[in-house]
Amino acid sequence: MRLPFQLVLGAALFAFFALAALLSFVWTPHDVTVLTIADKLQPPGGPYLLGTDHFGRDVLSMLMVGARTSIAVAIVAVGIGIGLGVPLGLWAAAHRGSLWDEIIMRGNDLIFAFPSLVIAILITAVFGPSAVNAIIAIGIFNIPVFARVSRGAALSIWTLDYILAARVAGKRALRISFEHILPNILNVLIVQGTIQFSLGILAEAGLSYVGLGAQPPTPSWGRMLADAQTMIYTAPRLAILPGLAIVLAVLGLNLMGDGLRDVLDPRLRRVRR
Amino acid sequence: MLRYFATRLLSLSLSLIAASIVIFAVIEVIPGDPAAYMLGLNADPDAVAALRDTLGLNGSAPSRYLTWVTGLLQGDFSQSYTYRVPVAELISERLRVSAPLALFALLLSIVIAFPVGLIAAARRGKPADYGIMAVTQLGIAVPNFWFAMLLVLVFAVQLHWFSAGGFSGWVNGLFAGLKALLLPAIALALPQASILARVMRSSLLETLHQDYIRTARAKGLTRRQTLLRHALRNAMIPVLTIIGLQFSFLLAGAIIIENVFFLPGLGRLIFQGITQRDLIVVESVVMLLVFAVIVVNFVVDLAYALADPRLRKRR
Repeated sequence: MRLPFQLVLGAALFAFFALAALLSFVWTPHDVTVLTIADKLQPPGGPYLLGTDHFGRDVLSMLMVGARTSIAVAIVAVGIGIGLGVPLGLWAAAHRGSLWDEIIMRGNDLIFAFPSLVIAILITAVFGPSAVNAIIAIGIFNIPVFARVSRGAALSIWTLDYILAARVAGKRALRISFEHILPNILNVLIVQGTIQFSLGILAEAGLSYVGLGAQPPTPSWGRMLADAQTMIYTAPRLAILPGLAIVLAVLGLNLMGDGLRDVLDPRLRRVRR
Repeated sequence: MLRYFATRLLSLSLSLIAASIVIFAVIEVIPGDPAAYMLGLNADPDAVAALRDTLGLNGSAPSRYLTWVTGLLQGDFSQSYTYRVPVAELISERLRVSAPLALFALLLSIVIAFPVGLIAAARRGKPADYGIMAVTQLGIAVPNFWFAMLLVLVFAVQLHWFSAGGFSGWVNGLFAGLKALLLPAIALALPQASILARVMRSSLLETLHQDYIRTARAKGLTRRQTLLRHALRNAMIPVLTIIGLQFSFLLAGAIIIENVFFLPGLGRLIFQGITQRDLIVVESVVMLLVFAVIVVNFVVDLAYALADPRLRKRR
């Protein structure tokens, strides 16, 4: 089978950042926690490939560790969404029309109606800014997304003959949901997971930018941008690189999501919102 | 229609009640005494007791919730602790920046997205379509606050066409006000316009497959006439939905963008409230934003029930 171009390009872009993040666990060009004020605001080149910031920290190293922060936050946030949303969606689909179905879906509508970033700001403001609270704030809003997607996909599987056969064989709704429904909606979940992943990276960047995400000294792309803003006249370069990293990582994931959708589920060529 | 309206109204009220409970509960779970939290570590015990009294913290949680909500319903957002003025006054002052900014951005996003989406759909599979899809794909991936910084870099730092931020109010005339809001509005609008243009394109392409389009072509209308007269109107339903949803993103996005441009709007007010531990301000502004989003979604629901009679019957 020929893979779509956008899938290959997207996966390559994202793999680049994922590898950089992994590499940063064992090696970065310089230590990001060491401040070398004598070397502050060095231009790119020489010992610092992408230059240094106002504390003399190596920008390349910070971008690598920043990738780790972004990806970690997004992965866990998507994990929360899948871990809680998918069982809820499967449960609602298995008992469609029941009171539980109604409660779950109305609860979903309710969370959807909330402007997610505003609530994320409220949560981090009250519980204190930290990466963990950012993850929780972003993750909560992933739950209804996955619940709705898995319910919708599961409902169409429930009408198929092999489900009827499984019911005739005496399997209970719970067992059917996990043995037959879940494997058949995995493709939809993978596509949605990629999309939420990219939204998670954007949300983390936004929260870090306003100071409500990962705290110093942990580097994050959003906070690098916030720091760069005060020096936009003296070192505009610092404002460009972290933003470029965010755009490329998100673009890679979005292209991957579109490509995966074409490969995994040609019937499901919906519009990206 | 009346039945549809009634069920939507019921769900609107339930959403608002649930939202207010959630917001109240979040503020409530702050460890320790909100009054002590607001006054800081070295607070005088008398001052804390006095603040507890003014905040009405001495009642039970349900009674405090009721006081808060009835206050909100009467437009009384109580006093800001740090500014020592009614919160309602603060909010209405900041709204004069935030509301025009969000509307300006929404308008820009629609003005950009409609023709772009239309062109892409009309030129499907041609270079123009591919170009538009590539640019909008990029537009979706750009964080609006970074785009805002790039705009400042180019138009304020390099070209000096605009100031890098700040807002001198509407007293210097409409033009000066709009000029100060132009860069922030563009920054907010770009990602939204990208999404809207893509929705517009795919919704148009979907309607172009319908039988009535073939009928229209068969009776001799040109492609352009069919597109504008028949497809466009029918393609508007999903587009309307997205515009409604975008309002929520615009409000939230405005909070961050206001920080990039140092605009004295609701976003700045929230962050000032957070750093100064003025929970009443934070709570009220968040409630107001959630209220706005829920009401806008309600209006959109009604708007397309009016536009499309099929929707009224469905639930």
